Amino acid sequence: MKPKHLSLLVLTLLVVAAPFFFPSGFYYRIGALIFINAIAVTGLVILIGYAGQISLGHAGFAGIGAYACALAPEHLGLPPVAAILLGTALSAALAWLVGKPILRLHGYYLGVATLGLGILISMVLSNEAQWTGGPDGIAVPDLGLRGLLRDLGWRIGAGELWYGLAGTVMILGAWLALNLFDSPTGRALRALHGSEVAARTMGIDVARHKLHAFVVSAVYASVSGSLLALMNRLITPDVAGFMHSVQMVTMAVLGGVGSVLGAIFGATILTALPQLLTVFHQYEHMVLGLVMILVMIFLPDGLLPSLMKRLRGRDGE
Amino acid sequence: MNTHKTLALAALLAALGAPAALAQIRIGATLAETGPAGALGDPEARTLRLLVEQINAAGGVLGEPLELVLYDDGGDPNNARTFATRLVEHDEVVAIIGGTTTGTSLAIRSVAEEEEIPFISLAGGIEIIDPVQPFTFKTPHTDRMACEKIFEDMQAQGIARIGMISGTDGFGASMRTQCLSVAEAYGITVAADESYAPGDADMVPQLTNIRNTEGLQAVLNPGFGAGPAIVTRNYRQLGIDLPLYQSHGVAGQAFIDLSGAENAEGVRLPGTALLIADQLAGDDAQREAVVAYRDAYVGRYNEPVSTFGGYAHDALAILVDALTRNGEADPDPVDLREAIEATSGLVGTTGIYSFSAEDHLGLDLSAFRLLEIRNGGWTPVQ
Amino acid sequence: MADLLQFLMSGLTVGAVYALLALGFTIIFNASGVVNFAQGEFVMLGGMGTAFAIAAGLPVPLAALLAILGTAAVGVALNRLAIAPARGAPVVSLIIITIGAAIFLQGAAGLLFDKQIHRYPGFSGEAPLRLAGATLLPQSLWVMAGAALTFAALWLFFTRTLTGKAVLATANNPLAASLVGINTKAIMALSFGLSAAIGAVAGVLVTPITMTAYNTGVALALSGFAAAMLGGLGNPLGALAGGLLLGVLEALTAGYVSSQYKDAVSFILIILVLALMPQGLLGRKTTDRV
Repeated sequence: MKPKHLSLLVLTLLVVAAPFFFPSGFYYRIGALIFINAIAVTGLVILIGYAGQISLGHAGFAGIGAYACALAPEHLGLPPVAAILLGTALSAALAWLVGKPILRLHGYYLGVATLGLGILISMVLSNEAQWTGGPDGIAVPDLGLRGLLRDLGWRIGAGELWYGLAGTVMILGAWLALNLFDSPTGRALRALHGSEVAARTMGIDVARHKLHAFVVSAVYASVSGSLLALMNRLITPDVAGFMHSVQMVTMAVLGGVGSVLGAIFGATILTALPQLLTVFHQYEHMVLGLVMILVMIFLPDGLLPSLMKRLRGRDGE
Repeated sequence: MNTHKTLALAALLAALGAPAALAQIRIGATLAETGPAGALGDPEARTLRLLVEQINAAGGVLGEPLELVLYDDGGDPNNARTFATRLVEHDEVVAIIGGTTTGTSLAIRSVAEEEEIPFISLAGGIEIIDPVQPFTFKTPHTDRMACEKIFEDMQAQGIARIGMISGTDGFGASMRTQCLSVAEAYGITVAADESYAPGDADMVPQLTNIRNTEGLQAVLNPGFGAGPAIVTRNYRQLGIDLPLYQSHGVAGQAFIDLSGAENAEGVRLPGTALLIADQLAGDDAQREAVVAYRDAYVGRYNEPVSTFGGYAHDALAILVDALTRNGEADPDPVDLREAIEATSGLVGTTGIYSFSAEDHLGLDLSAFRLLEIRNGGWTPVQ
Repeated sequence: MADLLQFLMSGLTVGAVYALLALGFTIIFNASGVVNFAQGEFVMLGGMGTAFAIAAGLPVPLAALLAILGTAAVGVALNRLAIAPARGAPVVSLIIITIGAAIFLQGAAGLLFDKQIHRYPGFSGEAPLRLAGATLLPQSLWVMAGAALTFAALWLFFTRTLTGKAVLATANNPLAASLVGINTKAIMALSFGLSAAIGAVAGVLVTPITMTAYNTGVALALSGFAAAMLGGLGNPLGALAGGLLLGVLEALTAGYVSSQYKDAVSFILIILVLALMPQGLLGRKTTDRV
């Protein structure tokens, strides 16, 4: 079996098997949050892991996806599913427009430009209160899936439904990302990650491929934001904020940004961590900061790759 | 064994720190102890911890000790919703107190309504309880009432044209919207409408524009935290001599200290009885509750009380009262909800609460007291 | 005209703080190639430390000195414990480390101090000064003068002292510097200490105007980062230009355009400037190594 198919199989088995160990319904909520974060983080694997570019503003695209689901049904009469698509279209268009000039920048300069983009989006969402409801947020219409299932005679709780739905979208997203990895585009991205100059001399259109990675990752973030909005039925500008952008990048890098599974593992750890850290009460932030520092120092490739290396090393002995 | 002896024994056990009895009454809370609204959530959390200890030391509720399960949502609605789910599904609490901000309160509300668990919010937004939802209540006055209280006073002073400078955080933005919508009813025109972001260092440019607006008679600043203190200082620096009104968001000693007593002199704002505990008439219905809470809080934490801690105090008082009247240590959520809705004449620090099926706030404008800062202290405006 | 002057003075005061923040970013970047997102925490620690020392009864100069030294020690410790062990890590990892450090320091400050907002009186009283129809707080002069002095002292340090030249040499080429006998490890520690101290100085000076609390660091770091990038990362003069430009621009936007979008203008400017000048206004050109 190819590693790609193994990854997908492991992922699917985990998603399906986990609920058998859930002590209470609350765990479905955490599971769904993990999957929704994992979708955005999978997009960052394409941007950071494959193409070697950074972004400190991807939460902005999550904000666009989220508010599309809040606003499009009311103002344009679109059903929520179409609103998700509208959100991705808007995010992709914006990423393409802004990506063209700013992807020429490198390292920290690209960091500050994407940071600025994210902050601008969250500022608009917060300030244009007559449209967006302002800092306290806005209600999001029901996806309607639960009602549909009920009419078909299948009663399912909101927690379980969103667990299944977000899990499915995450696996789909991972499948697409893994396919991209093996495609000519994926190979080109990895080549320019290694060295842009070398890639260019080999005839790779560096600018175009970077832009593609940026647009695709923006679409992932947008879908993630849409699902979050539809699940919570309420969305606030926090979804587009700087701390959410940082959280996404941290999940990806902490878990291992080189692989989809690693990044999803990072999303799992960082989503569950605040729930575990409640036992530390007021030391919560200090512990979170320490975890970020220590993992980056001692496991620079991320948690999952380092863990796998350890395991393989033991097998070899 | 008669009940008195049981109560005494329970109190003794609790006081000795003996392991808690099996049947505890679990109360859940999710508050913004940290984050941008930390200045509000921190005293709320401290108040709940203090009062639960006090209640348990005095024998608990219905002879059972209370257990407080409190989470810090950092003011983020997504976290608040997760913690509310955890409180209901995992911790199996009888009721939830919390939601420091309107955004987090709305997030908790959707969980509470879906799972049918009573919820008492500590945030100002009118949309939390309007339209009324069966399981959701709240203790603070709404933003709209704060605007009305201020505009009432302006009207009495013959003020008809004002400037506003609001924080762009949830509190400031929501109150700004409410004030703009009720201004007309009081014959007030908002002729200048400026804003500042929560971390801003300097509001001189905005206030310069307000100073340059023709014919203003007063200025109103909806906001909380450091912003209003900086506004007040800049206001005096620019030598603007129009009356300055602040919101209930800064109703606490910290505002006077940060602004400087000489700068804050003459500032008016709608506050609660809590700030003027010592000046309340001997027969004031709220005096006893207000003084007891203030003394306990200051004695324990050695910092002044704020209106926000008072909201948490009142929420817990309402809940304990309803639990006691309902009479069951393991209450049915629907019964408990009905007991809360039947609350009548409950004296809190914010006001005297009487809920009904149509009113889940239970306060009117009379509970708000218009205060003026004089010589670094609060004085009620007659 | 009086209004313009008023806006400019507001902008220069805030801009001076941004410039000091950007200078802190620049020094650490030159020494280690790291953009330190915990830079705002140094400003917070300087302000909070001074406020608590004054409340404990210390005279203001001693309180300020203690806060600055304490913050410098935190800077040295940050380098020793979190940055030096991660040498050679990619940019994203370094960003996460310094943001982790910022979260850690914020949590620690919330515990060690408290979660209230603090302030102490201005050093030369609070009575506003009048100047051609505009007003100015004496503390604003302290902030501007403090920033000017810091920049001047640093310029002397880099151009007139052997240690300062060693810092510059290390920034230009660490390998060559260590070959000619410069202790690059000590230079790293010095740079972090210096940068933290500069942040603390900004905190000491500006707290009477802006007030401070345990959670003010992140917003400050973002403004400082923006200023440093606008001016061109790695150039102290760029830090000065970027900081002042950003401060003045914010004040003018708030005064003449819209107070809601004053922060937006600075970020739009950054994106535009970087799109046209990818190294910032005064940044140096670098070539990719193949």
